[in-house]
Amino acid sequence: MRVNFTVNGRPQEADDVWEGESLLYVLRERLGLPGSKNACEQGECGSCTVRLDGVPVCSCLVAAGQAEGREVVTVEGLAEYAKQRTEHGGCATDACGTSLDAAKRWQPKGSTDSQTGEGVELAPIQQAFIDAGAVQCGFCTPGLLVAADEMLEQNPNPTDADIREALSGNLCRCTGYEKIMDAVRLAAARQGEAV
Amino acid sequence: MDFLRPASWEEALAAKAEHPTAVPIAGGTDVMVEINFDHRRPEYLLDLTRIGDLYEWETGGDSVRLGASVPYTRIMENLRGELPGLALASHTVASPQIRNRGGVGGNLGTASPAGDAHPALLAAGAEVEAESVRGTRLIPIDTFYTGVKRNALAPDELIRAVHIKKADGPQQYSKVGTRNAMVIAVCAFGLALHPQTRTVRTGIGSAAPTPVRAKAAEEFLNAALDEGGFWDNGKIITPSVAKQFADLCAAACNPIDDVRGTASYRRHAVGVMARRTLTWTWESYRGTAAHSEGVA
Repeated sequence: MRVNFTVNGRPQEADDVWEGESLLYVLRERLGLPGSKNACEQGECGSCTVRLDGVPVCSCLVAAGQAEGREVVTVEGLAEYAKQRTEHGGCATDACGTSLDAAKRWQPKGSTDSQTGEGVELAPIQQAFIDAGAVQCGFCTPGLLVAADEMLEQNPNPTDADIREALSGNLCRCTGYEKIMDAVRLAAARQGEAV
Repeated sequence: MDFLRPASWEEALAAKAEHPTAVPIAGGTDVMVEINFDHRRPEYLLDLTRIGDLYEWETGGDSVRLGASVPYTRIMENLRGELPGLALASHTVASPQIRNRGGVGGNLGTASPAGDAHPALLAAGAEVEAESVRGTRLIPIDTFYTGVKRNALAPDELIRAVHIKKADGPQQYSKVGTRNAMVIAVCAFGLALHPQTRTVRTGIGSAAPTPVRAKAAEEFLNAALDEGGFWDNGKIITPSVAKQFADLCAAACNPIDDVRGTASYRRHAVGVMARRTLTWTWESYRGTAAHSEGVA
């Protein structure tokens, strides 16, 4: 079947999608967006976390067909999403989208890489993860970034308990949780300073 | 496999009537796991996420009519006053990502003895609104669970909503697991005081082939509270009464040994949770009673 939906502000069309396929598979294998990670495939680890119509979900548990007509934000689009949010006070995703035609003609500018995000300005939460040394093997990082970014959007001054709860569905097998906590606290502090 | 995408409830009922083997999918937190692991390859997936009604709730009457797909997150945020037991149970479900998708309809459809909502529904008192092209019926929660992962739904029926009695007294919920998140219950216990009828109701999860009430324990406690005049005098529950209640709750279990825990541990833990939740709810009731006396 064919699935039409919006990913990181761009209309996308996936063809020959198997009816039992997950949104995660479509993102990674059909749309070339491998940022969302595939690990447990049962919603335990959170490494595939994306935003579906703004809500953090495990993309491995969303049937591809359920994404029809919906808006998805993955870690690849997090920097742009955060930028739009800062500029417009919350991303009006309709306004920051690109037409299908424009998306097809889209070329990366200069040294930026659309796959790795290199050369692109990072979202504050991404910068905070780097600065706090919260990335070890990096596998859990994309899911944590999406989950943490959403929490800071909803709750600009989280307590440690708030952070732990918001990230309770994201496993880090390097067990780097303390640095991850540091990173989220750092991002929250910087967000507070910026206001 | 076919992906059926009804735009309305009527279309969904028609699709289910035409394809009774179709597997309904909403939050996907059970169904997608089975498909990802190739444990299940249904002929038809019936996507219910386009049906807005299933995501709404009404609090008008004596009961809350909770749409089958209302996510646990919404229950926690919006229905803590009306459904305190279910709100507590919802908060123990997995993680934020899962609570954003999963709802009570899925818990009922799967009918796993470990489903987190069941003990709270049993304790509060509830009816499942099941519908097919043939009509609508309300299934009392006590008769809904018919076996391990089996329920009273007919093949052409879908769960539209759950009617849950609004709390008329304190409710509690307790769950045993290895951590505070992402845990399938080793066992769970729900308790609701119903001062209007002067009764207590219970619900036990993950300690029998189906979710069950501890009816002998309820009858014992109802009689003991009545005889001692506890509902009126608001006295502390006698330790011997609490112990007997806990023992009877443990005796209501029919658990198995599995990777999450042994049968004897489950029995023991249910007894502990029964005593604790009774104490918590009763202390809360006494506090409220004392307060209203003071005001009056």
